[in-house]
Amino acid sequence: MSAPLLTIADVAVELPTPRGNLRAVDHVDLSLDAGRTLGIVGESGCGKTMLSRAVLQLLPKKAKLTGRVMFDGVDLVRLDKERLRRLRGRDLAVVFQDPMTSLNPVLTIGTQLMETIQEHLELDAPAAKARSIELLAAVGIPAPEQRLAQYPHQCSGGMRQRIAIAIALSCEPKLLIADEPTTALDVTIQAQILDLLAREQRRRHMAMIIITHDLGVVAGRADEVAVMYAGRVVERAPTQALFKRMHMPYTEALLAAIPKLDAAPHTPLPAISGRPPDPTRPLKGCSFAPRCRYAADRCHEAKPELKSAETSGHLYACFHPIQMAEGIGA
Amino acid sequence: MLNFVVRRLLAILPVLLAVSLLTFLIASLLPGDLAYVILGDQATPENVAALRRDMGLDQPLWWRYLSWLGHVLQGDLGRSFRTGQTVLQAVAERIPVSLELMLMAEFIGLLIGVPVAIACAARAGGAFDRFMTGSAFAMLSMPSFLMAILLIYLFAVELHWLPATGYVPFTEAPLNNLRFFVLPALTLALAEWPGIMRVLRSDMIATLQEDYIALAKAKGLKPSRILFVHALKPSSLTLVTVTGINIGRLLGGTLIVETIFALPGIGRLLVGAIYTRDLVILQGVVLLVACGFVIVNFIVDLLYAVLDPRIRHGHT
Repeated sequence: MSAPLLTIADVAVELPTPRGNLRAVDHVDLSLDAGRTLGIVGESGCGKTMLSRAVLQLLPKKAKLTGRVMFDGVDLVRLDKERLRRLRGRDLAVVFQDPMTSLNPVLTIGTQLMETIQEHLELDAPAAKARSIELLAAVGIPAPEQRLAQYPHQCSGGMRQRIAIAIALSCEPKLLIADEPTTALDVTIQAQILDLLAREQRRRHMAMIIITHDLGVVAGRADEVAVMYAGRVVERAPTQALFKRMHMPYTEALLAAIPKLDAAPHTPLPAISGRPPDPTRPLKGCSFAPRCRYAADRCHEAKPELKSAETSGHLYACFHPIQMAEGIGA
Repeated sequence: MLNFVVRRLLAILPVLLAVSLLTFLIASLLPGDLAYVILGDQATPENVAALRRDMGLDQPLWWRYLSWLGHVLQGDLGRSFRTGQTVLQAVAERIPVSLELMLMAEFIGLLIGVPVAIACAARAGGAFDRFMTGSAFAMLSMPSFLMAILLIYLFAVELHWLPATGYVPFTEAPLNNLRFFVLPALTLALAEWPGIMRVLRSDMIATLQEDYIALAKAKGLKPSRILFVHALKPSSLTLVTVTGINIGRLLGGTLIVETIFALPGIGRLLVGAIYTRDLVILQGVVLLVACGFVIVNFIVDLLYAVLDPRIRHGHT
């Protein structure tokens, strides 16, 4: 097998804060093959967005990044600015969380689409316009030609996210990073956007990283899932294997925190009690131990490393993995 | 868009009315009777009473306001009792000077302020940014008369590059006319650019934190396109406001700079009117300048709509 499209090797991100250095991403290793989908799951502040920004090289100026991000044979961390710029938007695209803020309010939709196309592909204005119309139609925007002259505020949230996706797809990227692409949208729109992403991914054979706090989002859509907690990957497995048997108590808790449609009315939602540890004061033991109902003394004393489970490709970081007799459905 | 223009126009009517009332009150409520001013200290009470009747000064205030407003609406702002010149004539004579000074000053101010602001915001906190922010602060705290004297000393006295004072109309000697304007315009511009630079710089820094700038970077756009197309336009609303206020302020002439450089502009007309208690001129000039100010701000409002489509479409 050839080298993976994306290899994140030992990536750590530190942000200086007045209260000391904040370790947002704590030595993460991940890889992704061309055409595959990786889901990165975790609650707010677990470092999943910082990790995606590290891949895109869009970290805040003061952030310190170590490790390597190998993309298509080049290390993005050490790539010079000009080559990085040519790569972004063309081979490496992103869809941000909030379509209300990720499109420029003073530029028309046509400008925002065409500028990417004209920057990276050698197309003249009429060709770029034709391609923009095609893209808008592909992401399910009615009357795409009229939309080009409109501004973002004239479109609904779901519409704007479709436009953001059209921008991301405009140069046929090899990798699309979707950072919580549905979090800011109405529930009724969420599935449509996720299906759109999945469909376009298959059609264009691009690799995709879906970042989400919702295990349900990745369940049917990702080939592999990485669960992050406090800046580290704590469990990583092919999606089916993960849902068949979770090893980390945190993953289990995340799944339990999704409201069930078939639950009786007024069933309390089993939220994860407590909050993630202060990232400026790393714990000696397992970061999840203070909130974990299985935690024992050892969990507070030492940090569990990622180790392989019996199932191939399944990694987890826990001293007391959950013993589950039967798999739970997603 | 037309709807927007009409709405804004209707909104400035009451403002103009209030401006006229205030201008009238300022001139009318100043201590001292106009009739005494005109007739001098040798006037007899009978003469004064006769003149007051002639000028309508014996009428109640509200009546005087309405009749003055009626004349103003017909384009008659009154006539100086000293020179016999009408207000419109006096202003028409002086306004090209003040207008030219204002345009040049604002142009130079923007020419310095905008590029410096963009360069500072692009590397906020860097050496250039810190140096320019410091310099701007120093310039801002320097009074214009001091700046004027320093510039005259350097460029007129020491280097002999430019004339210190004086004026020729543009139509007579265009190049010479411009030479006379360089120093006064520069004096004003050196006080204008720090404000321009500071508002644009801070708005740019805020804009550069926006998600859409991160997306523009992620799209692989050139840094110049990100700065000038994606960041400058949404950051320039405050800049347009400040420029509008500056223009409005300079429209009324600049008392100090016009006096130092002996430019016969609106500022000097006003100073003269105040010294000679020429209330008709004073009242008329203040009214015209205030209306100019309101109109400039109306144009600023229209510019907002050009810059931000959300205002144009009534979403704010």
